[in-house]
Amino acid sequence: MSFKKANVPFAGTPEQEAELRKVIAENKDEKGALMPIMQKAQDIYGYLPIEVQTIIADEMGIPLEKVYGVATFYAQFALNPKGEYQISVCLGTACYVKGSGDIYAKLEEILGIKGGECTPDRKFSLDACRCVGACGLAPVMTINGEVFGRITPKDVQGILDKYN
Amino acid sequence: METVNITINGIACEAPKGSTILAAAKLAGIDIPTLCFLKDINEIGACRICMVEADEGRGARLVASCVYPVSEGMKVYTNTPKVLGYRKKTLELILSDHDKKCLSCVRSGKCELQALCQEMGVDDVDKYKGIANEFEIDDSAAHMVRDNNKCINCRRCIAACEKTQGIGVIGANNRGFITEVSSPFGMGLGETSCVSCGQCIAVCPVGAIYEKSDADKILEAIADPEKHVVVQTAPAVRAGLGEMFDLPIGTPVEGKMAAALRRIGFERVFDTDFGADVTIMEEANELLQRVTTGGVLPMITSCSPGWIKFCEHYYPDQLEHLSSCKSPQQMFGGILKTYYAEKMGWDPKSIVSVSVMPCTAKKFEIGRDDQSAAGEGIPDLDYTMTTRELGRLVKRCGIDFNALPDEGFDDPMGESTGAAVIFGVTGGVMEAALRTAVWKLTGETNDSPIEFKEVRGFEGIKEATYEAGGVKVKVAIASGLTNAKAIMDKIRAGEADYTFVEIMACPGGCINGGGQPQVPARVRNFEDYRAKRASVLYGYDESMPRRKSHENPSVQKLYSEFMGEPCGEKAHHILHTSYVKRTVHDINAWNAQ
Repeated sequence: MSFKKANVPFAGTPEQEAELRKVIAENKDEKGALMPIMQKAQDIYGYLPIEVQTIIADEMGIPLEKVYGVATFYAQFALNPKGEYQISVCLGTACYVKGSGDIYAKLEEILGIKGGECTPDRKFSLDACRCVGACGLAPVMTINGEVFGRITPKDVQGILDKYN
Repeated sequence: METVNITINGIACEAPKGSTILAAAKLAGIDIPTLCFLKDINEIGACRICMVEADEGRGARLVASCVYPVSEGMKVYTNTPKVLGYRKKTLELILSDHDKKCLSCVRSGKCELQALCQEMGVDDVDKYKGIANEFEIDDSAAHMVRDNNKCINCRRCIAACEKTQGIGVIGANNRGFITEVSSPFGMGLGETSCVSCGQCIAVCPVGAIYEKSDADKILEAIADPEKHVVVQTAPAVRAGLGEMFDLPIGTPVEGKMAAALRRIGFERVFDTDFGADVTIMEEANELLQRVTTGGVLPMITSCSPGWIKFCEHYYPDQLEHLSSCKSPQQMFGGILKTYYAEKMGWDPKSIVSVSVMPCTAKKFEIGRDDQSAAGEGIPDLDYTMTTRELGRLVKRCGIDFNALPDEGFDDPMGESTGAAVIFGVTGGVMEAALRTAVWKLTGETNDSPIEFKEVRGFEGIKEATYEAGGVKVKVAIASGLTNAKAIMDKIRAGEADYTFVEIMACPGGCINGGGQPQVPARVRNFEDYRAKRASVLYGYDESMPRRKSHENPSVQKLYSEFMGEPCGEKAHHILHTSYVKRTVHDINAWNAQ
């Protein structure tokens, strides 16, 4: 019951769906095909929303729950899309003791989403990460790989504005 | 049979080659406790309660006896301090994320976890107190509640849903500490293609899944002098209810059950078996109509509401195969609020129609459309309770069940035949139908056959062919929805040459229904409890003066006084229903929320 519905509407194209169905048809009769098919589906769509998981389940003749159970077990699978700008906040030990938890909370507040989610306009997605190797700059966040160090919650709005 | 020599706790014994330590120990008279293990369907060795020490020449080490095979010369120890300490610790760890509200738990006293804690001497339920999950309770389905705060993640329910029933709407989601048995994408069970069979409840070792109960509303109705509260009981209830009062499995309790219901305060104590006899009158005629007029064949029985919902979700293109007959429960309710109400001069709205069923899907069925014979807003059934709920209600009302005298049902809707009572076991509806159909086809002679033993037994799928009066009838019987699926795939592919098919959702039929008393794993893994319950019903059948539905005098009277012809216009209005096409996943509905 702990799932929160994606606030980004599904925008899959017929081409994507055709590609997915082709991948499934090519692989479904092999033993242990579910994981590779899910990985390829994520390559195609960027994430695995209910629309995509349902196609996988129906085409493979297995319950949707089987697909969802795997999707929620492995960290590599995402149930929400990534944004144009992917924000990661380090919640590793050094950053955390320097207050990165507050920065994370501030981002959630400003963007109106929780960690793991994407804004409805698909502009920003937010994730927590572990050490990015810049502990000397703690607390650290990255946006599409660009590193922002020694920041405070007050700096967050200004940084986001650069991307608007 | 090839065997190997092993010792268990120093005592030499032989064990079948390839058997598990658990099975070998059972043969040697030693019980090893289990929690996740369910023979044939959940053999995952996950819970670690069944650990024993096994020495295969390299020193003793702890292994999970439910899945670990015996080998020649193996030395097994089931009760060393190490083993017993390990089991106790495992329980203490399970309790660290369990809500431990035993005093208000529906399963208290019959809980497998509770029993194990007692046996293993758990003396501190807070030994590993720490962060505990707080899971949302799922009460979205019509028939049951899931409270994962009591769940121990044994996965027995998942196995029952996926393997026994071929549905798989629940599974283990997320990972690690927050792992939870639930449905995909946060759907409540009621939003999925769950068929309400309750087999998950039947196998749950704890109180994490349980039926929704209307017991309080029933008691209030009984206390209301304006209401006529009438009860009917399904065949299988009399074969299981005794277990709620610690009677051995397979104890027939029809007489005590009727006595208990009267003492609870029901104004009339009737029998669903009457409805079952009426079902045969309708179903046999519908079948003969289909056969003679080139209707859709095979015709499939419609008594099992779990099966009906399954067919609607998974085979919406095959609904025309379903008999249009309501289930015996609903037929009974319809007759009660029309025929009997008229007979008694009661306003149908003043009747509270209650049933006791071995079934949780009945809770869904009573809310279906097209189940109101007496008119809009007057449902055939107002409330239904499971065998388990009745057991609890009897205790709550302070009735000493085992000391009750045997009493009978009230007339006229308590009168029934042997054909009706076997409705509660797989093959029973088929046999009852054959008794009447063959009688009809062979010139309605009194010496037409009674017993059709080919359709009895617990194989998942049974087939038989009969010839009567020049008509050949090929029948098939399936119980458990995985087996139903196999038959339905054949029908869908046009490869089935059956005339008549009986399907029951629960494996073995209603005697093993999702509303029957839970049989603990330590019994169900080793005993054929279904056969014991079935023998109760076949015993009643044999002892009945009339064993064919059409011989039931009260049913004959119902037709002559009120209903007219079987499958006639009035019968159609009161005793038949319709079905709806459903889907497996409804993404649009899910997205719209």
